[in-house]
Amino acid sequence: MTGGTTLVDRYTIQEVIGVGGMGSVYRARDLHFPNVVKLVAVKEMINQAPDPLIRATIVQNFEREANILATLSHPSIPRIYDYFSEDNRSYLVLEFVNGRDLEQVINDTPGFLSEEQVLAWAIQLCDVLSFLHAHKPDPIVFRDMKPSNVMVNQANHIILVDFGIAKPFQTGQKGTMIGTEGYSPPEQYRGEATTLADVYALGATIHHALTRRDPRIEPPFSFSERPVRKINPAVSLELETVINSALQYNSKDRFPTIEAMRDALIGAGRKTGLLGRVPTQVSQVLTAQTGTIKPIWAFQCEDEVRSTPLFFNGSIYVGCYDNNLYALNATNGEFQWKYATDGGIVSKPAVFDGNIFFGSEDHRLHVVSARSGKVLWTYFADDHIRSSPRISENHAFFGSDDKYLHAVNLGTGRLSWRFAAAAEVRSSPFVVDELVYFGCESGDFYAVNFRGEMKWRFSAKRGITSSPCVQDNVVYFTSMDSYLYALDAKTGWSIWRFKMEKGSVVSPSFAEGIVFCGSADGNIYGIDSRSAKELWRFKTDHQVSGSPIVYKDSIYCGSVDGNLYCLEYRTGRLRWKYETKGPIMGSAMVYDDIVYVGSADHFVYALLS
Amino acid sequence: MNNFFDKLFGKKKQQQQKTAVSENVVTAPLSDAQLQAIKVSSNKFEPAQIVVGCGQSVGKQRELNEDSLLAFTSSISGNSGSTPFGLYIVADGMGGHQYGEVASNAAIRTIADQVLRKFHPYLFNLPSTPLDESLQEIMQGAISEAQRVVLREAPGSGTTVTAALVVGQQVTIAHVGDSRGYMIYQDGRMEVVTRDHSLVRRLEELGQITASEAAVHPQRNVLYRALGQGEVLESDVTTMPFPQNGYLLLCSDGLWGLVSDEELRQITLNAPTLHTACQNMVTAANTAGGPDNITAILIQVLS
Repeated sequence: MTGGTTLVDRYTIQEVIGVGGMGSVYRARDLHFPNVVKLVAVKEMINQAPDPLIRATIVQNFEREANILATLSHPSIPRIYDYFSEDNRSYLVLEFVNGRDLEQVINDTPGFLSEEQVLAWAIQLCDVLSFLHAHKPDPIVFRDMKPSNVMVNQANHIILVDFGIAKPFQTGQKGTMIGTEGYSPPEQYRGEATTLADVYALGATIHHALTRRDPRIEPPFSFSERPVRKINPAVSLELETVINSALQYNSKDRFPTIEAMRDALIGAGRKTGLLGRVPTQVSQVLTAQTGTIKPIWAFQCEDEVRSTPLFFNGSIYVGCYDNNLYALNATNGEFQWKYATDGGIVSKPAVFDGNIFFGSEDHRLHVVSARSGKVLWTYFADDHIRSSPRISENHAFFGSDDKYLHAVNLGTGRLSWRFAAAAEVRSSPFVVDELVYFGCESGDFYAVNFRGEMKWRFSAKRGITSSPCVQDNVVYFTSMDSYLYALDAKTGWSIWRFKMEKGSVVSPSFAEGIVFCGSADGNIYGIDSRSAKELWRFKTDHQVSGSPIVYKDSIYCGSVDGNLYCLEYRTGRLRWKYETKGPIMGSAMVYDDIVYVGSADHFVYALLS
Repeated sequence: MNNFFDKLFGKKKQQQQKTAVSENVVTAPLSDAQLQAIKVSSNKFEPAQIVVGCGQSVGKQRELNEDSLLAFTSSISGNSGSTPFGLYIVADGMGGHQYGEVASNAAIRTIADQVLRKFHPYLFNLPSTPLDESLQEIMQGAISEAQRVVLREAPGSGTTVTAALVVGQQVTIAHVGDSRGYMIYQDGRMEVVTRDHSLVRRLEELGQITASEAAVHPQRNVLYRALGQGEVLESDVTTMPFPQNGYLLLCSDGLWGLVSDEELRQITLNAPTLHTACQNMVTAANTAGGPDNITAILIQVLS
């Protein structure tokens, strides 16, 4: 219909104010009031059903629902003045609401709507839904709660429009279409619509209003993947909790009634002080399981333990800043022997053929017997050795602050070749498929073959102290430039990079398609290896510099905050933590359900995982 | 020339004779397919290279083809090494919207333009210049640009996009909508490597409906994500190793909605060439009624 058309000699159409599935909504002037301008909304339903019986049924439904609506009197429901049918069209004449619908309000507001404002509307919506649900003899389920069905009038009062009278009847469209209902709960797609559907849809509406994220273009039922506060941190935890309850996937997990939701909203408003000053309860703080983990044993060294322990043949081998490498009985922590170098030991020892290999600040690679601690031979680099040796093909590969990667023949104890890097090599090499991967402090990362020839090079923006790990032909490492990198292991092509909040020296680890790492930002991260999406993060209270270690379905990772954390690796949920008295800078080691870890408090701990 | 043919056909005769002789042997002779499998796995291709086949049809019930496809393969090999490089895109423009064919065409061309521009200095500069973005960032950027172009050139329309960038051993797939990527491994396993952004798939993932209910659900054509729709577009970008001696199949729902995964797998493994496999797939979809446009690209990396 165009402007100027007059229906049943009474309503003169002015303009279209909305378009629905089966017709338009118009603003019209009621000519029965010639001396004043009385505006009404005229909603049109075009009945296109070809079958006369179906057509008659649609008209009957329309009139029946119009009759129900006519009996409803509530400030948030528009009054109905009239309805009539002409040819294949039916019309409903309603109170004209001068305002905007909530969807427009959301879109027209720069930034986020205030929590206070959304809370006030949400409580009004609960009131009107509660009124509908209490209807006798049968409760009225609104079924279509969404921002575009909520009008906000000049008085900032909300009015529910579109009572589903002119709902589009599916006519079986062919071909691919875009758009889902987005606000509807899962059970509604099976044809069930109870009052709990309105609880869900109201939760979805509030979620949209607070986050500006339109659920119709998000995966259906994915609200839990985008918690309100992750998008809009200004929202209170209290309100987020109410929204989460309303949006529970299973209807029985939601608020049992809209009144319960209303009470929870009011409760959240009181707690946050947005609804008057009412004494607040202290919110329950969830505390992680602490104090229940007792060490099996603890062994005290003479200085900080920054090195990662090694388990071999019933013993634990660990280097210390007191210049010694210690051999301890893994079962009871009994001292077996120590071997003194002329500098601190920060690297993780390696074992081969019954001998222990490790570098020291004294520039040497030491090779000692695992059983007796007697030295077999040493090899001199030209500066500190902080990189942990890797043994492969009868060679020990390790880096040094002398800016070389050394390949030392285990048979002769002599250098086979060394590769000149651009800066100090503190990263521990990873050896696989005849290639040696390592980074250096200039930010260069190398893949070198067994002849010491460079296969490829990659440049990060800052130093790479992190030790790489290679999985399924992809090499992972972190850099001080705060990225976690994934490169094709054959060519060095960058596949993706993931930005953390601060630089990192953490060596990533891998399990079941998840890459684990941490950073100076204090977080431990779980990243999907195919898509580079963050699956979870766990916040510790200080920098993370040691590497997460995978054991069974957990990862173990220390933090400079002094704790060793045990997290479920699929979710990042805390299983337990154990507090030492100094920062943990190295990595833990797990063998046979026992976790071994050193701390700057001079102790080496054995904990039951 | 004659020598050449003798060599070719002479050899064939010899093989046939061998097969005939083997009738006297107790063990069953290997089938041609089995022989082929052994040959392929023992052969090493130098340089590593990509081979590809394509198929497309408007179908039996539509007048307009709203699907678009793009296949770009390059081989550069020499002393500086060799890296096979290829870009393959399937886009299904949306029915029920105007300009679906405009949207899918704009999408494939924009994505290819963006990706090839980024790779140009690497592929053709002297000396070769390394990329300063990761493969996933390049694909993500190309999709965003395509989104802008589709919004501008065909407002109100939409298209699915499944784009596979093959570089060396890795394939990076950017995906929006309900076209699909399948990997078919050497051992015959087949896996869908994309996730349909459709309402029914979501309901199925959540256990609300079964796969058989999904196949007949009245809203099975409803997508919740497509190029050209919505202010912010989030595409799925994933990287995985290209299956060794296996295949990557990209196709629109006009194919996978009509022809079962098992049948697609059989066609792929049994056809003599990739081109034939794609033609056979299209024929199978048309035989099943062909209600929608059909597009397929089948890719193999020989190394």
